[in-house]
Amino acid sequence: MSRYRGLRAGATAFTLAALLLGSTACGGTTRENSGNDSGGGAQASGAANPDAKLKEGLKIAFLPKQVNNPYFTTSDNGGKEAVTEIKGEFKEVGPSEASASSQVSYINTLSQQGMDVIVTSANDPNAICGALNQAKTAGAKIVTFDSDTKPECRQIFVNQVTAEGIAENQVKLISQQIGGEGEVAILSATANATNQNAWIALMKEELKKPEYSKIKLVTVAYGNDEDQKSFQETQGLLQSYPNLKGIISPTTVGVAAAARYLSGSQYKGKVKLTGLGTPNQMREYVKDGTVDAFALWNPADLGYLAAYAGAALASGQITGAEGDKFTAGKLGEFTVGKDGIVVLGPPTVFDKSNIDQFKF
Amino acid sequence: MAHDSLYAAPPSGADTEREAGRLAGLRGALGTWDGAIVAVLVVAVLLASLSVQNFATGRNVQFLLLDLVPLALLALPMTLIVITGEIDLSVASVVGLSSTLMGQMWLSSGLSLELICVLVVLIGGVLGAVNGLFVTGFGLPSLAVTIGTLALYRGLSFVVLGDQAVADFPAGWTAAAVQTIPGTSIPAAVVPVLLLALVFGVVLHATPVGRALYAMGNNDEAATFAGVSVARTKFWLFVVSGVVGGLVGIFWTLRYASARGDNATGLELTVVTAVLLGGVSIFGGRGGLLGVVAGVLLLGVLRNALQLADVDANALTIVTGTLLIVSVVLPNAVADVRARLHRRRRRAQLGAS
Repeated sequence: MSRYRGLRAGATAFTLAALLLGSTACGGTTRENSGNDSGGGAQASGAANPDAKLKEGLKIAFLPKQVNNPYFTTSDNGGKEAVTEIKGEFKEVGPSEASASSQVSYINTLSQQGMDVIVTSANDPNAICGALNQAKTAGAKIVTFDSDTKPECRQIFVNQVTAEGIAENQVKLISQQIGGEGEVAILSATANATNQNAWIALMKEELKKPEYSKIKLVTVAYGNDEDQKSFQETQGLLQSYPNLKGIISPTTVGVAAAARYLSGSQYKGKVKLTGLGTPNQMREYVKDGTVDAFALWNPADLGYLAAYAGAALASGQITGAEGDKFTAGKLGEFTVGKDGIVVLGPPTVFDKSNIDQFKF
Repeated sequence: MAHDSLYAAPPSGADTEREAGRLAGLRGALGTWDGAIVAVLVVAVLLASLSVQNFATGRNVQFLLLDLVPLALLALPMTLIVITGEIDLSVASVVGLSSTLMGQMWLSSGLSLELICVLVVLIGGVLGAVNGLFVTGFGLPSLAVTIGTLALYRGLSFVVLGDQAVADFPAGWTAAAVQTIPGTSIPAAVVPVLLLALVFGVVLHATPVGRALYAMGNNDEAATFAGVSVARTKFWLFVVSGVVGGLVGIFWTLRYASARGDNATGLELTVVTAVLLGGVSIFGGRGGLLGVVAGVLLLGVLRNALQLADVDANALTIVTGTLLIVSVVLPNAVADVRARLHRRRRRAQLGAS
C-alpha cells in the first residue's frame, strides 16, 4: 500500500491548492470586463507657492535601479551634491540586482523611515506602484528619474532628454564632423525598437532643414543591439557605400561596435562616427582619433536635477502640475511639462576635451 | 507499516545499543537546532524591536510578512524534498514561467482570470513533473536536473513575454494580494500560507509518508527494501513543488501587478538558505518544519531590520551567504562532536568494566 502514499500526498496538496484558488475566485473575471484604471496624469494636489523657500533638513533618498552600477553611482552622486547644497540629508539605498520587484522592499523601508523625498529609477513601471503610493500616503514626495513609472504613481518624472533633442543633437554632430556634406548612414538597434524608430523619423525631419541640404541619408542598418552584428553591419555599410562620410549610431552597443571596427580599419578617421554612447566605452576611440565627438545625457546632472525637483515638491514650491517652475541650483530654472515631466535638456557632448571628467 | 521497521528492527548485541545511542544523539541535535533557531528568532525580533527604529510597527510587520509569502510557500515543498536527500533549484524559474504564462494568457487568450489561475497551477505541476520524471525515471541527480530546468524554465519565460511586462490585471485582484486581515496589519495571504504549512507539517511529522521521507533521506535502498516506493514518492514531491511554484507565480504577479520574465530571479537560493537555516540537513534525513518556518521568519526579520538600519545591499548578500554556510556546517559539526563524545564515553565504559 505504501506505493500509493506518495501519490496520495501529491493528490492532497494538489486538491488543497485547487481549493485555495477556488476560494479566491468569485465570478468570471475576463480581460474584457475588468475595468482598468489606466491613463490619468500625475495628480497634483494643493496649490503651488513659487515663492516658498527650500526647506532645510529634508530627508532625500535615492533608490537606483541597482547599486554598484557606475551609471547610477554617477547620477546619485549628482543627487548628493544637490542635497548637500540645500542642507538636506542624503541617502542612497538599493538592490544589488536590477530585478523588477526587488525595489519594493526598499521603498517600504524608506516610507517607514519617514523620508521626505524618494527619488527612484523604476525597474518596472508597474511593480513598484503600490509601494510608491503607500509611501506617498505616508507623506513622501516621489520623483522618478531615468526610467519612469506610471504617471499616477509619482509627482515628477525627470526625463533625461526628449526625442527631438536627440535627433537635433545627432544630426548636428555628424554635420559638423563631415563638414556639412556627404553620404551618411544610421546604425540602429532592432528594427522594431520604439525609441530608435522615433529618433530616426525625427532625424529624417531634421535633415530636411536647409543647412543640412547637402547631407544624404543613404540607409538605416540594424545591429540588433548585439555587438557582433553591429560590428558586421558597420563593415557591410562601408563596403556597400564607398562614398560614405559618416555613421550615426544612436545606441550604446552599436556605436561602440562601430568604433571598434573603424579603429582597426583603413577608414579610421576618414569615415566619421557619432552616436549615443557612454564615456567608458568610447574613451579609447576618442583618444585614438576614431571618434571626434558623441553624446549622452550627463547622469550627474540628471540626479542633481531630480534632487532639486524633489526638494521643490517637499517645500511646496511646486506640486507637479504643468507650468510649475523651480530653480535647480547651477542648472537654472526648469518648468514642469505635461504629465509632470521635467526635461533635463539637450544631451551632453563628449569629446577629447572633457571625456576624462566622466566615469560611467 | 513495512518501513516502520527501519527504525524498529533491532540489530543484534552491543550494536543495538550503540545504534540507538547514536540515533538518540542525532535526534537530540535535531531537537536543539529546532529549539535554537526559534530562540535565535525570538532574540532577533527582540533586538530589532528595541534597537531598530520603526521595526516594531504595524506597517512594517505588514511589509515584512508580505515579502515573506513567496519564500515561505516555496520552502514548504523544498523542506520535504531536501529531507529525502534531493533538491529542487528550479523553483524560482517555475515562478517566473508561471508568471509570464499568466500574463500572456491574460493578454491574449480571453479566458477568465480564475480559469487562467487554475491552468497556471496545473502547468506548475507539469513543470514539476518534468523534474520528477528526469530524477526518478532516468535516475539522474536532482541537483543536475534542476540546475538544467532552472535555466530552461527561465529561458522559456523570456520566450513567452520577451522583455515586455503585462500589468493590466484587474485592480480588485491586485489589491486582494496585498490586503490585510481587517482590523490588523497582518496580510491576508499569511492565512493560506499557515494552512499549507500545517498540512505539510502534519504530512511530514505525523504520517507514514513523512516517516518514509526521512527513511529515504537516510538510505534510499533501505527505504526501498522497507517497502517505500521511493521513485513514486519523489516524483510527486517534485510535482507538489511545481504546483506551489505556480501558486507563488500567481501571487507574485498580482502582488507586484506585473508579469515579467525576470520575476523571482535568484529566489531559489534564498529558499534553500531558509530550509538549511531551519535545520534541514543538505544530506537528507534530518530536519523539521517548525525549524524551517522559524528559518524563513529569521531571514525576513534580519533582512528587514538590516534594511531599516541602512545596512547596504552588499552587506545583506554577505549576511545571507554567511548564514547559508553556518547552517550547513553547524548542525553537522554538532552531530559529529556528539558522536565522538559518545564513542569516547562508550570506550571509557568498556575499559572500566
